[in-house]
Amino acid sequence: MDSKRRDMLKTGGGLTLLSLVAAAGWLKPGDGWAAEWNKAAFDTKSMDETLKTIGATTPAQSKDITFFSTPDIAENGAVVPIGITSAIPKTESIAILVEKNPNMLTAVFDIPPGTEPAISTRVKMGQSSNVYALVKADGKYYVASKEIKVTLGGCGG
Amino acid sequence: MRSHHRRAAQGVAALFILAAATALGQGSPVDEIAKYRAALQDGNPAELWEARGEDMWKQARGPKKASLERCDLGLGPGVVKGAYSELPKYFADADRVQDLETRLVWCMVTQQGYTEADAKKNPFGAGNDKKADMEALVAYVTSESRGIRMNVPQSHPKEQEAYRIGEKIFYYRGGPHDFGCATCHGDDGKRIRLQDLPNLTKVDGARKAYTTWPAYRVSQGELRSFQWRLNDCFRQQRFPELEFASDASIALTMFLARNANGAEFDAPAIKR
Amino acid sequence: MADPMKIRANVVGDTTEVKVLMSHEMETGQRKDAQGKTIPAWHIQTVNATWNGKTVLSAQWGPAVAKNPFLSFKFKGGAKGDKVQITWTDTRGDTRTDEATIG
Repeated sequence: MDSKRRDMLKTGGGLTLLSLVAAAGWLKPGDGWAAEWNKAAFDTKSMDETLKTIGATTPAQSKDITFFSTPDIAENGAVVPIGITSAIPKTESIAILVEKNPNMLTAVFDIPPGTEPAISTRVKMGQSSNVYALVKADGKYYVASKEIKVTLGGCGG
Repeated sequence: MRSHHRRAAQGVAALFILAAATALGQGSPVDEIAKYRAALQDGNPAELWEARGEDMWKQARGPKKASLERCDLGLGPGVVKGAYSELPKYFADADRVQDLETRLVWCMVTQQGYTEADAKKNPFGAGNDKKADMEALVAYVTSESRGIRMNVPQSHPKEQEAYRIGEKIFYYRGGPHDFGCATCHGDDGKRIRLQDLPNLTKVDGARKAYTTWPAYRVSQGELRSFQWRLNDCFRQQRFPELEFASDASIALTMFLARNANGAEFDAPAIKR
Repeated sequence: MADPMKIRANVVGDTTEVKVLMSHEMETGQRKDAQGKTIPAWHIQTVNATWNGKTVLSAQWGPAVAKNPFLSFKFKGGAKGDKVQITWTDTRGDTRTDEATIG
C-alpha cells in the first residue's frame, strides 16, 4: 500500500490533489466513481476490493441487467464484445469487471439522464472467466454476471 | 518441433473447452463462434486504416509533393471506385501485369517521386511505431470496391501468363516440409485447430477467401492485406520469403483473384 | 499524434445512436518485449461524449479495454446536422477530440 502511494506521488505530476485524495480513499465513502480516472479502483484485484474502493455496498443480483451481443465463447480473448443494458430505473453507471483478469475492473460508464442505460464495447480476457456488469441506480448497486469461455487464438496466420 | 508439441497441446485444450461448453448445454461451439464473429462485424477497426489511407491518397507527399489523385488504378486517373475488383491487370505504361500494391508503388515512384525501394520498404505494419502506409492505402482502395463483383481480366497474353504461373505456384510443393498452398487449400474440410481452411480449388472457397481480404486481424490488432496473407502462408510453409510486389507474388494473386470472379467483394473484413 | 477517431451518429425517431472507433494501442502493462522488459501500460483513461455541449456519456477505462477500442451508445434527442463531439485522454496525457455530424 505504502509503495503504491509512493508510486502515485512520484508519477503524480498530472494528478490533482483531489484525485490523489479520492484514490487513497479519503473522500467520503458512497461517492461512487470519481470524476477523474480512479486509479485505486482500477488497481483492485477482486470484486470486494473494487466495491470497497468505490464505497459501494454489496450489490444485489439483478435480472434487470442483461448482456446483449455478448458471445458465450470468444474465439480470441484479445477482443471480446460486451454489451450491457440495465432496465433498473435511474441507472447512473455501468461497470464491466472481468473476474480472472489481473485487475478486475475494466471500464466504467457514467450514464447521464437522457442517455440509454445500454453500452457496447470490447474487452480483453486473459482466460475463460465470469464477466460482471455492476450497475449503480438511484444510489444502490446491482450486479449480473455471464461466463465467457475464451478459446486460444490461431497460430498467427 | 517444440512449437508443434505446444500447438498440439493447445489444440487439445481448445477441444476440452468446447466439450465442456457443450456439456453445459450452451449452443454448439460452432454456433457460438459464429455469434462471436457476428458480434464483431459492427464497428470494424479496419475503418481506421481506411480513413488514414484516404487521407494519404489525397495528401501531397513525396519528393514531388504530389497526391495520388492522378494515379490510374486501371479505370482512369484518380478513379478508385471499383478499381480493386478488376485487379490484377495488364498496364500498358508499365508493360506489366500489376496488382494493387505494385500499381501503388508505380504511382508513388512515377508521380510522387519516391524511389522504388522507399515505396516498398514497409509493406506490413507492426504496432504504433511502425504503421504501414501501404496497408492503409490498400484498405482505402479496397473499401471502394465493397459490394462490386470481382471481374479480373484474362484478355491480354501477359494476364493469361500470370494466371498460369500463379496456378503453378499454387500447386508447387517444396521446402523442408514438402508443402505447397494446395496442401492446406486443395481439399474440403481442412483446418488448423479451430480455423477452417478454405478449399481454394473450388469456386465457393476461392470466392469467399479472396473477397474477405484485407481484414482486421483481431489476434494481431492490425489491418492485414491479401499480400500479407500470401506472405505469411509462405512463412508457415517454410518457403523462402515471397518478395513483396514480385512477379511471383503478382502471379499468385492473379490466379486467386481471377478464381473469385463473379463474387461480390466484401472487405476490409474482420477476422479472428 | 494519434490518428482521428471514426465516429458515426445517426438519429432514428427521438434517439441518436453513436458508434465510435478509436485508434489506440491500449497496451496492458502486462506484456514483455523481446528483451524481457515489461512494456509499460499505455491506454485511454477517460472518454467524454457531448452533444450540443451537453455530456451524453463519460467513461473511465483500464488497460483491459481492447486495442483500437469500439464504443456504442444511444441518447434521447439529437437532430440531423447536430454535432456529437468525443474526447479521450490517455495515460501519457495525450488527448484527442473529434466530432461527427448526426445523420
